[in-house]
Amino acid sequence: MHNVYLYILVMAGTTYLIRLLPMLLAKKEITSPYIKSFLFYVPYVCLAAMTFPAILFSTDSMISAIAGFITAVLLSYLEKSLLTVAMSACLAVFITERILSFF
Amino acid sequence: MSTRRSVDQEAFKNGIRDGIPIGLGYFAVSFAFGMMAVSGGLHIHEAVLISLTNLTSAGQFAGLEIIVAGGSLIEMALTQLIINLRYLLMSFSMSQKLRRDEPFAFRFIVAFGITDEIFGVSASQPGKVSAWYSIGAMLMAIPGWTLGTLAGAVSGSLLPPFVLSALSVAIYGMFLAVIIPPAKHDRRVLAAVLSAMALSAVFTVTPYLNKISSGFSIIIITVLVAGIAAAVAPVVEEPAGGKQEEESTQEGEKNHA
Repeated sequence: MHNVYLYILVMAGTTYLIRLLPMLLAKKEITSPYIKSFLFYVPYVCLAAMTFPAILFSTDSMISAIAGFITAVLLSYLEKSLLTVAMSACLAVFITERILSFF
Repeated sequence: MSTRRSVDQEAFKNGIRDGIPIGLGYFAVSFAFGMMAVSGGLHIHEAVLISLTNLTSAGQFAGLEIIVAGGSLIEMALTQLIINLRYLLMSFSMSQKLRRDEPFAFRFIVAFGITDEIFGVSASQPGKVSAWYSIGAMLMAIPGWTLGTLAGAVSGSLLPPFVLSALSVAIYGMFLAVIIPPAKHDRRVLAAVLSAMALSAVFTVTPYLNKISSGFSIIIITVLVAGIAAAVAPVVEEPAGGKQEEESTQEGEKNHA
């Protein structure tokens, strides 16, 4: 059991150091193709792992979550903006849950 | 072009201009964060403090999960390290891009504002970039992110449950909007994304593996998949800084084994 402020301190401290250290230390660019490639993949892989399957359990029912998921995938594929995709997914969940409430 | 002045007003103004849409977008996403933080049991001021001190989306959502689950501080630090590792790359890149004739101390400020979006607009500036550009963008982005969290945290407790349920999907929608367009253009990214999702599903349903907390599973999956992807399909050319440079992805295709 920890104090919330301790969590926030660790969280903010770690994040700031990641952003700061290269600024202070890097006199030249990273040259290792392996490290560059690894860092290139990190955001995509990490966000993908965070999104699925967690999205399926994020709403009140899995059916509405699937509706939101499919909507988000389709609109992202059409390269709509972050805001459009996020809000449309919410709307899909909302509509699905309204429909489900009739049964 | 511009002469050495204490404040590069031109860059500062451009930073503010480019920071406005970023701040607006942040407001919407951090609204969802504030809402989720409060429904997870945090106080409003704690949610706002997280946003003000972290200025990062994925890291905060993962961090929130750890706080709510009562995870360890080591897990918190490692999760932030892995999820925010991309900032390391961006920070390296910014250290090359910043003007050399400005005070070194500015780097402590610019570092705080390294996010996907602020980095994206800074990287797309021609030539060297002034720290003042970054400071201008941060002056729009940070209030957007912090106030959005406040609005979400305050209204989260007022909104009916069905609205909260619908809004809970927002962050995942945003993540999908970040990962799917590059996956569509680059099969290496597609393969990495699908592998990560599949592995994440395996970690969720497999006995014993599902005992691992979500923060650690994400670390394991990220290191594993990105590590293998980097070995199997190395990215030779400099990855484009933002979504703007669509043409370059076509180039990247031919490196795919």
